[in-house]
Amino acid sequence: MPKKVVSGNYAAAYAAKHARVEVVAAYPITPQTSIIEKIAEFIANGEAEIQYVPVESEHSAMAACIGASAAGARAFTATSAQGLALMHEMLHWASGARLPIVMVDVNRAMAPPWSVWDDQTDSLAQRDTGWMQFYAENNQEVYDGVLMAFKVAEHRKVNLPVMVIESAFILSHTYDIVDMPPQEEIDGFLPPREPLYTLTDFDNPTAVGALATPADYYEFRYKIAMAMEEAKKVIREVGKEFGERFGRDYSQMIELYKADDADFIFMGMGSLMGTVKEAVDVLRKEGYKVGAAKVRWFRPFPREELYELAKNVEGIAVLDRNFSFGQEGILFNEAKGVLYNTDAKPIMKNYIVGLGGRDLTVSDIRAIARNMKEIIERGRLDREVEWYHLKR
Amino acid sequence: MIEVRFHGRGGQGAVTAANILAEAAFLEGKYVQAFPFFGVERRGAPVTAFTRIDEKPIRIKTQIYEPDIVVVLDPSLLETVDVTAGLKEGGIVIVNTEKSRDEVLAKLKKKPAKLALVDATGIALEILGLPITNTSILGAFAKATGIVKIESVETAIKETFSGELGEKNAKAAREAFEKTVVHEL
Amino acid sequence: MNALNTLFGEKKVKAKKLVFNSVDEYPEVPLTLGTTLINFTGDWRTFIPVVDEAKCVKCYICWKFCPEPSIYIKGDGYVAIDYDYCKGCGICANECPTKAITMVREEK
Repeated sequence: MPKKVVSGNYAAAYAAKHARVEVVAAYPITPQTSIIEKIAEFIANGEAEIQYVPVESEHSAMAACIGASAAGARAFTATSAQGLALMHEMLHWASGARLPIVMVDVNRAMAPPWSVWDDQTDSLAQRDTGWMQFYAENNQEVYDGVLMAFKVAEHRKVNLPVMVIESAFILSHTYDIVDMPPQEEIDGFLPPREPLYTLTDFDNPTAVGALATPADYYEFRYKIAMAMEEAKKVIREVGKEFGERFGRDYSQMIELYKADDADFIFMGMGSLMGTVKEAVDVLRKEGYKVGAAKVRWFRPFPREELYELAKNVEGIAVLDRNFSFGQEGILFNEAKGVLYNTDAKPIMKNYIVGLGGRDLTVSDIRAIARNMKEIIERGRLDREVEWYHLKR
Repeated sequence: MIEVRFHGRGGQGAVTAANILAEAAFLEGKYVQAFPFFGVERRGAPVTAFTRIDEKPIRIKTQIYEPDIVVVLDPSLLETVDVTAGLKEGGIVIVNTEKSRDEVLAKLKKKPAKLALVDATGIALEILGLPITNTSILGAFAKATGIVKIESVETAIKETFSGELGEKNAKAAREAFEKTVVHEL
Repeated sequence: MNALNTLFGEKKVKAKKLVFNSVDEYPEVPLTLGTTLINFTGDWRTFIPVVDEAKCVKCYICWKFCPEPSIYIKGDGYVAIDYDYCKGCGICANECPTKAITMVREEK
C-alpha cells in the first residue's frame, strides 16, 4: 500500500479527494487553511473533480455545504475555532435536515486572548448540534477518520453530519507517515452517496426545513436521537469493515491500551493520547499497573464501552484539553454522568491539561500517575478538578 | 529514537529541511515525524523545526527538549540563540559557517561530541544563486551523522522540488556533503 | 390548454391533510409536511375581486403580484381567481393598470 509523509492537514485533503467529494465550500483560517489550499491545488492540477465554492465566511461555507448536500452531493469543509463558532447556527441546520456533511475541525483555542494552538473547547462547544465527533490521535487517523466519517454519515439509518477533529499544529502541521490505500479499494469501501432525499428531484418537488408546530417538532428530535443511537452500531460495523479491508481496526469507539489488568487508566481524546501511550510504557517499566482509554467518538458517546471499562478499574484520570467554565472538564463531566446510574464507581479525577497548546509531556503524565496512585491508596480524592500545569 | 532540532531564520527553509530529512529517513524504511515549532513565523525571525527518526512507530506528540543533533542554518543565530540548549551527552552540532572550529566552539554554551562545519551559504549562492541553505545543510547532516545516506537526501530533495530546482538543490546537498569538515571533540 | 398555475387542477382535488399518529409514521426528514391546498382561506374575505374581461389586456401583473397565489391563467388567456384561496387582500385590483379588477363586498 502506498505510504506518504504528509501533514495532518494534507492527510485530510487527500482523504477528501479519495472520498470523491463533489463540493467543497470553505473559508481560510489558521491552522486549517492548508487543507483547503491542498484541495484547491488538486482541482487546479486536474487531479480531482470537485466544485469549489469560495465563500465570504464560515457561516456561508456551511450554508453552501448544506445546499450542496440537500441537492444530493457529497460535501466537505474544514475550519477551526472562531470559524467553527461562526458556523454554529448552520451546524444545527445540517443535522436537523439530516445531511451527511463531513467537516474537519482543527482544534484551536478560542479567543481572547488570541491563540492558534491546540485546545478542544471549540469542537466540544458544538457537542449539542447533532453532529457526530471523531477525535484523531495521529495523521493516519485523520485520513482514516474522514473516509469512515462519510460512510457512517451517509448510512441509510444515520444521515447525520460528522466532524473529524485533529489538533492544531501537533497534527495539522506535523509530517508523519500515512498509509493511503489505492483509489479502487477506497471506492469499494465508500461507494457513491445514495441520498435520503434530493432537492433536485424536479418531478417530486419538496421543501426542506418546513415549519413544524409543537404537534410535530418533538417527533423529529426523537428521530435524530434514535439515528445517533443507531450510529453507534454503524460506527462499530464500519470500523470493523475498515479494519478488514485496510488492516486498521476501528470497531471500538474507545480504544484501550494496556487496560486489561490496569489498576487505573488515563482517559482522553485526540493527539495527547499518543504521548499518554508512550508514558504508559514508561510507567509500566516503573511498576505502575496503568493503561489508557482513548475516546475516539465523543458523539455519539460510547456509554456501554465506558461502563465495561469502568467496572474493572479502581481509578480513571480524565485528561481534558478543554474546560466548561462554571463546571469542569467536558469529557470528565460526561464520563461521570454515564456511570452515575451504574454499579461501576471508580475514583475519578479531572486533570485540565494542554489548554491553548501547552505541551503535555511524558514526565507530566508520570507526575499525574504518582498523584492518582496516592489517591487510590488513600481511597479518596484530594480535589476533583486539578489545573495541572498552573504556575503557582 | 533520534531527535533533531533545526535552527534557522524565517525564509531559510528550516521547516522544509526538517521535512526533507524525514522524507529521506522514510525512504530508508524508518519511522519519522517532522514539525515546526508552533510559533508565529515571520521572514528573518529565528525559527526552529524538528525531526524524529525511529525504528518503530512514533507516538509521542510533544516538542523536543533534549535533541541528539542540532542543525544551525544561519551562523548569526549563534550570537542570539542558545542552540545547544538541552543537547544530549554525545550530541552532534552541525553549523553553516565560514568560521573555524575554535571560533564556533567559543560561541557554544555546551560542548558537543562532534562538530560539523560547512559554508552552506557559499554553496547555496554558488549553485542556487540564493542564500537558502536548507538543502545544502542536509548534505552536511548526512556526512556528519551517517543517519541517512546522501543518496536518500538527494532523492528526498528531488521529490520535494520538481525539475531543475530539484536537480540544483540535490547538487547543493552533494557539494555540502563533500565539503563538510567533521571535528571529533 | 391546462391552467398554468400548478397549484390548481388535479392536485387540489387530491390534496389531503397529513396526519401522523405515531412517531413511526413520520418521515425521517422534516421535508414538506403537508400542503396549503387543503387550507381554504377563501372564507377569510370581506371583499372579493371581480375581473372584467372587457378591460383585461392579459398583462398578468395581477398573476405575478397575488401573494397567495390564487390567480391563474385560463386556456383563453384571461385571468381567473380561485375563490377557495383568495383572502380578498385587493393587491390585484390595486396593481391592475387597466382597472379590470374591482373589489366588491361579498355577501355571506
